[in-house]
Amino acid sequence: MTRPELLRVEGITKAYPGVVANSDVSFSIGEGEIHALLGENGAGKSTMVKMIYGLVRPDTGTMTLRGAAYTPSKPAEARRLGVAMVFQHFSLFEALNVAENVALGMENPPPMRELAAKIRAVSEEYGLPLDPSRMVGDLSAGERQRVEIIRCLLQDPKLLIMDEPTSVLTPQEVEILFRTLRQLSSEGTAILYISHKLEEIKSLCDEATILRRGKVVATCTPRERTAREMAELMVGQALKTPERRVGAKGEVALGVSDLSVESPIPFGTSLKGISFTVAKGEVLGIAGVAGNGQDELLLALSGELKAAADKVRVSGQPVGDRGPVDRRKAGLVAAPEDRYGHAAAPDMSLVENAFLTAGVRKGLTKNGFVDWAGTRKFAEEIIKAYDVRTPGPDVAARALSGGNLQKFLMGRELMQGASVIVINQPTWGVDAAAAAQIRQSILDRAGEGAAVVVISQDLDELLEVSDSFAVLNEGRLTKPRPAEGLTMDEIGLMMGGAHGMEVAHHADA
Amino acid sequence: MLMLEKRPTPSRFWLYATPPVAVILTMIAGGILFAAMGKNPFEVIRTIFWDPVFGEFAFYLRGQLLVKAGPLILIAIGLALGFRAGIWNIGAEGQYIMGAIFGASVGLAVFPTESRWIFPVMVVAGAFGGWLWAMIPAILKTRFNTNEILVSLMLVYVAETILAKASTGFLKNPEGMGFPGSRNFSSYPAAQNGFLYEPLGLHWGGVAALVTGVLAYVLLTRHQAGFQIRLAGQAPRAARFHGVSPARLVVLCMGISGALAGLAGMFEVTGPAGQISIDFNTGYGFTAIIVAFLGRLNPLGIVLAGFLMALTYVGGEMASTNLGLPDAAIQVFQGMLLFFLLAVDVLTNYRFRLAVGAR
Repeated sequence: MTRPELLRVEGITKAYPGVVANSDVSFSIGEGEIHALLGENGAGKSTMVKMIYGLVRPDTGTMTLRGAAYTPSKPAEARRLGVAMVFQHFSLFEALNVAENVALGMENPPPMRELAAKIRAVSEEYGLPLDPSRMVGDLSAGERQRVEIIRCLLQDPKLLIMDEPTSVLTPQEVEILFRTLRQLSSEGTAILYISHKLEEIKSLCDEATILRRGKVVATCTPRERTAREMAELMVGQALKTPERRVGAKGEVALGVSDLSVESPIPFGTSLKGISFTVAKGEVLGIAGVAGNGQDELLLALSGELKAAADKVRVSGQPVGDRGPVDRRKAGLVAAPEDRYGHAAAPDMSLVENAFLTAGVRKGLTKNGFVDWAGTRKFAEEIIKAYDVRTPGPDVAARALSGGNLQKFLMGRELMQGASVIVINQPTWGVDAAAAAQIRQSILDRAGEGAAVVVISQDLDELLEVSDSFAVLNEGRLTKPRPAEGLTMDEIGLMMGGAHGMEVAHHADA
Repeated sequence: MLMLEKRPTPSRFWLYATPPVAVILTMIAGGILFAAMGKNPFEVIRTIFWDPVFGEFAFYLRGQLLVKAGPLILIAIGLALGFRAGIWNIGAEGQYIMGAIFGASVGLAVFPTESRWIFPVMVVAGAFGGWLWAMIPAILKTRFNTNEILVSLMLVYVAETILAKASTGFLKNPEGMGFPGSRNFSSYPAAQNGFLYEPLGLHWGGVAALVTGVLAYVLLTRHQAGFQIRLAGQAPRAARFHGVSPARLVVLCMGISGALAGLAGMFEVTGPAGQISIDFNTGYGFTAIIVAFLGRLNPLGIVLAGFLMALTYVGGEMASTNLGLPDAAIQVFQGMLLFFLLAVDVLTNYRFRLAVGAR
């Protein structure tokens, strides 16, 4: 099926100081086509769509929209010409209701009552139920995304850009979103869909443009390719699937019983009665949509948040009332999600950052004095073992790319010979090859007898590494279940299903 | 358009170039100020920076440098440890006064003893007085989350009131014919902080300052506590992850800076000042803040910065007596130094970029 061409991008190049984000990128999107822009972190996907949306101007190259030259100088101009975008990070005011938030994004908002009626009409038409009078602060991430989508749809766009829309959704919510997108496509709205999740792209998209290091390396029809083929095009090398060494499960190494902790973060999620155990050699995967208590759970396990002594036990030893130093001594290491400022001090060198957590277990202090020579050796070992690309161990952490720093930080925790390892988002923002390597190391440590807790929002990752599986939902943890044989549907239901979506697409039911 | 762009790593060149560049800019701006006041700017700058070391009266003034630099260095090093950790003790002046009162009180209580233990006991008492005064903002901060900047600053005025009470009341010299002020320590040899080597102006306070500089440098670069101080200042959440208790760090840093300020006060009142009087304090506690930053919060840098600041003090005094420059002009000059230092300091972490047509 050939479609009339909607947008053509030709020879677009955009350079930032020190990095070429896009180099001679060309592709075209037909009317009603769902086009995937595929690539790893840093491949230049976001820069590309920012140029289409008028947020960034290209250095060279041309764009044409329905045959006319298209050079948006600001997003308002792009919107006027029928280009809309849903961002990965929402820009909504929590203290305002849905209709008010939508009105804020419009140039000439109609009266509130009229707008509310319109929102209702659009939300029903596209199976995205949304009450215009609800406060955004009370909405789930999936519902907030619907506010953004409806805001776009009210402008009757010809091209809708979606940047990683499914990272905050449960599987059920993803399914509903896809139905909406297909409906839009059948009505002639083109969709530029940015993602690195290959199964999604296979099921949704008509065409795909694959970017690597800012260049187009391939175009393909996703339905005709396997996910693995596309991943290898994205990464530019063959991928290894992590191998798991199956060891006998040993005794319980980490026991958490009825752990409730108040969140120290404003608008955070408090933990409510969390209980689970992890045995030696076991990997427990904890899933959940962002903001359901993941950060708090990490803090409560690392020792930054304290509770009663017997709430957390490491190898039988009660450590619930102990701080991070004592917990490391007891054999528990933790890796927080936020690399810049929490897991690492951005302005300190890699050597100093190695000391940050490894000082205790690697015996890097003598009489209170730091053994910098020994610490440097350890940092160099991490750099070598985890293939961290850096000029040397004295470079400030902030000078490393996100993926490289993550490799360093994972190595720092995984190389301490700990008996319990807790990791929040082990491969967030890391390229596929490095992610595979990190997952392999996690499995290796488990194979050597460590008990591992992996908190992640990437379900594929969790299913790849976990022996047992649980879900954090509003600060509560479901009972862990064996990961083997779990289907996406079951996981979705554990995650609370589709928030408020019971009535969605009732016509299809 | 000129834009500021964050450097990927801090510039080592600007880290060391900042202080000299700031000094030169201060000389230029100060020169303009002095010229506007109708003075010959070159003469004033020469009087401040050159004469104290190489001029006619240098034989006397050189000694004055360490006398002034000693307390500045001692206080500034303590402050710098806190500043590195993001703990802003602005009230060193108050801790300095309390250290002097505690130290002097202990000595005067046993007047006229000849025991050689009295001076060491006074040293300990002085440090304790400053420590105690710093514990007030520290504990209020850790218990009630008050702002240590405000509390420590306000406590300076409380300390000044106590000082006035001491010199007119409980520490007043009984043989002083009604004049305010305590007994003079120059006539109390066992408790006096006399010169160890007069041509250099070296007394125990100077020794303490230099030794503290080295110890603090070792603490910051080699010791775990120093690592924790730096970490807490740069990345507070990473510090908690490392295992630093923020409350303990506040108590530690406020305690060290308070004790060092107290020591400085004690050495000053039993040495160069000679007695507790209403206005024996001359703002060292505040000037030390400038010294701490001028020395890049690095103990060895602070030792150098202390001498530079002492130079502007000694030279400034010369300029005001010889050239009739008002004291306020000298204070503006010293303030300019901090201003330019902080302004130029931006270049350590940022660089200028000419952005042409980019958005």
